[in-house]
Amino acid sequence: MESRITQTMRDTLGIEEPPVVYEVDKSGIRLFARAVGHTDPVYYDEACARARGFRSLPAPEGFLGTAVTPREQTGRVLNGGTEYHYYGVSVCAGDVLTAVARNLDFWEQSGPLGATVMCRRETTFTNQSGQLVARVYDTQVLY
Amino acid sequence: MGQRLPPLLKKCSSRQLVMWAAASRDFYPIHYDPACAQEHGLSGVIVPGALKAAFFGQLLHDWLGVAGQIRHFSASYQKMDYPGQEIRCLGRVTKKYRQEDDCLLELYLWIESGEQKTTVGRALVLLPSRQV
Repeated sequence: MESRITQTMRDTLGIEEPPVVYEVDKSGIRLFARAVGHTDPVYYDEACARARGFRSLPAPEGFLGTAVTPREQTGRVLNGGTEYHYYGVSVCAGDVLTAVARNLDFWEQSGPLGATVMCRRETTFTNQSGQLVARVYDTQVLY
Repeated sequence: MGQRLPPLLKKCSSRQLVMWAAASRDFYPIHYDPACAQEHGLSGVIVPGALKAAFFGQLLHDWLGVAGQIRHFSASYQKMDYPGQEIRCLGRVTKKYRQEDDCLLELYLWIESGEQKTTVGRALVLLPSRQV
């Protein structure tokens, strides 16, 4: 059977996409925390955050700011999984992160949605001081 | 060993999913438009995977308090979760070891919805040694 993984897809492997700037701001942190249902005041109250040693509101787990130029998702795609890796550098309101993404692997898999192509991606987030703050690996299910 | 984290219970309303779309800037409509979800072969609107990962983040955060630091956490979305269903976010410690002055804990995380395990994950967290 012919592979659903096209040469165009293969050609992207390992190639860094243009960087995307993510701004970490207080409103974005509060909105994210509220959408998740966080109850810890550290995500809402700046005085509380400072009393706990943060420069400003800290980013909740899984929040790495808001993309200045977001990519719109098109086609049929589901999220298969996410991994967040942190490197001991705090992310707080006021930070500006630069994200660089690349495709790491494509493979075919069949499941409840029929034959799918899986794509594993890596996105590296660096802060305004050039420090590596996070790597996010996600697996997309194209069907 | 085997210590269980206090469970985190969630039941996503459509309001919460719309708030999440705004917060994550992910406006993919299968998470709030039932007709679109069905056109995409789904039985209805589904809870976004990244929101379930963020629930694992909250589970870890609420358990660690200010003492610990999350090195990594992951979520693998094996089955769909739907709004209006109660989902239970759970975790247990699977391994504890020392690295210099720190204590590292490995955890297994999972989400149960009804009788089904819909999502599984892992985490590595660091505690200052005096916390152990």
